[in-house]
Amino acid sequence: MSNVTAYRPRTATSPQSLTQSRAGTAEAHSDEPPPVDAVAARSSGIWRIRGLLAPHTYWTLAGVGLVVPLGLWMLLSALGSVNRVFLPGPYDVLNRFYSWLTEDDLLADVGISCFRVIAGWALSSVVALPLGLLIGTYRVIQALLEPLTDFIRYMPAVAFIPLVMLWVGIDEGAKVAIIFIGTFFQMVLMVAEDVRRVPMAQIEAAQTLGASRCEVIEKVIIPSAKPALLDTLRITMGWAWTYLVVAELVAANSGLGYAIIKAQRFLQTDKIFAGIILIGAIGLALDQVFRLAHRLAFPYLYVRS
Amino acid sequence: MSAAISCQQVTKVFGDARNRVTALENVTLEVAQGEFVTLVGASGCGKSTLLRSIAGLDAHTQGGIQAGGRPVRGPGADRAMVFQSYSLYPWLSVMGNIKFPRQLAVHTRDCTTADVEVASGRADALLQLMGLESVAEAYPAQLSGGMQQRVAIARALMTRPGILLMDEPFGALDAQTREVMHDLILHVCALEGCTVLFVTHDVEEAIYLGRRVVLMAPRPGRIDSVYEVPLPGQRSQEMKHSAEFLRLKSRIIERIRSTSGMRTDLELLQKLSRRAAGSEVQPSA
Repeated sequence: MSNVTAYRPRTATSPQSLTQSRAGTAEAHSDEPPPVDAVAARSSGIWRIRGLLAPHTYWTLAGVGLVVPLGLWMLLSALGSVNRVFLPGPYDVLNRFYSWLTEDDLLADVGISCFRVIAGWALSSVVALPLGLLIGTYRVIQALLEPLTDFIRYMPAVAFIPLVMLWVGIDEGAKVAIIFIGTFFQMVLMVAEDVRRVPMAQIEAAQTLGASRCEVIEKVIIPSAKPALLDTLRITMGWAWTYLVVAELVAANSGLGYAIIKAQRFLQTDKIFAGIILIGAIGLALDQVFRLAHRLAFPYLYVRS
Repeated sequence: MSAAISCQQVTKVFGDARNRVTALENVTLEVAQGEFVTLVGASGCGKSTLLRSIAGLDAHTQGGIQAGGRPVRGPGADRAMVFQSYSLYPWLSVMGNIKFPRQLAVHTRDCTTADVEVASGRADALLQLMGLESVAEAYPAQLSGGMQQRVAIARALMTRPGILLMDEPFGALDAQTREVMHDLILHVCALEGCTVLFVTHDVEEAIYLGRRVVLMAPRPGRIDSVYEVPLPGQRSQEMKHSAEFLRLKSRIIERIRSTSGMRTDLELLQKLSRRAAGSEVQPSA
């Protein structure tokens, strides 16, 4: 839903005041109705750049975008033109879901995978948020740490597996560590960027009101960056999930990623499909939770005038 | 010392030895207690740099700046600043923004309950003075640009700063809103008795608001001339049409043109249009 209603940037202004102010100091708004109709009619095409879309249109299109590929998939499998090993049909995948749930303890796999991803991501956040705040606030720390972070973030997380096994072992810690490595270095840079985007005028206004350095950080920079930070956490959560399969390469015997790897050995394409779809669905659900949290935590970004 | 703001031979140089830009050169300016002084000039003349140096946001290279008799070493609560835009805190309501200074230790360190009550009364009074009572609980994003700047001014005045520094505060507003804001700011500053240094590129605004207009010139940034405004202290919109207002306005605009290199632009334009006219005539001749 947040895609539909206009997400107000922090500095957006609207031409109308909430209510009439007193006569003596009333704003000089013209009372004439703007010639909206003609303009709106001309430019209301759905291809208008950054144009708005009515909620029902948005959800209809979103539905079409999901249903059409599913329909094509069903059609393709119903025609029987593709070998089931290459492309199992939707019913095969559904059946596999069912048997996984009833015989193979699907919920335990989901649980342990969620734990690994969220633990790795949370650990990464705990370190990345303060570090990114410092990098985005002080040039000295930026100079000290940003080039290093830029360097490390290009390294493939998979390649760290042998090192992680050597350093951390092959327990849960190793899986969490891989997800941490995959997420952390990107996250730090994004947090630093969010912090740097706090308008200088907000910071300087506080300084000229007598704020100390700590007060500027605590009362201006952090609250101002918070919405962007929550978005960064949401996006990096998605990345953390993409590292799950890699993380469960390390001596795992449970989890969605592990199940996919095992299915690969037995050429159970339907199970691979089921695992991938499940990861996508969990990710989508978490994403929606973050979006909801964003709306609840920052009502001032969604107010209408 | 009676001067509220005193700049002595202030010089500011940007860049390194190879790429040196003199933003301010030997700027000397005194602003008396309670005076309203406006700074005008072409872009790049250093008017904002001077204001920011007085605010303590930018460091100057040489010379001395004093505010209220004390040398300026950094930003301080005695010199509140109003910016052109984007300085309100979008997560706070209008009232929250105005009361923001009360969250800061400088203003609450030795506070008694009575002080807190006075401060809360002050916030209410400012809200009323700025005509913002009806939007006290609204967020800045819900307000018009003019309303937002009123909130910014109210917040700056919250802790009774002796000096108000304004950096093109009405630059983003439409002409009608700006006129309303002019009368409002004159009224409020007279009431509060604060000293104001006001930067603008709008000559009419500078004359209407200022008791004195300081004209700055670029390359290097310096004070070119200072004009006493020959209008009574109590200003009204009709004065903008008076002969002395218009005379001063054209004098200042002329001076800005000749100091900013705009004159050469104009001459070039004239030459080009003459040449265009000439080439149109030639074929028929």
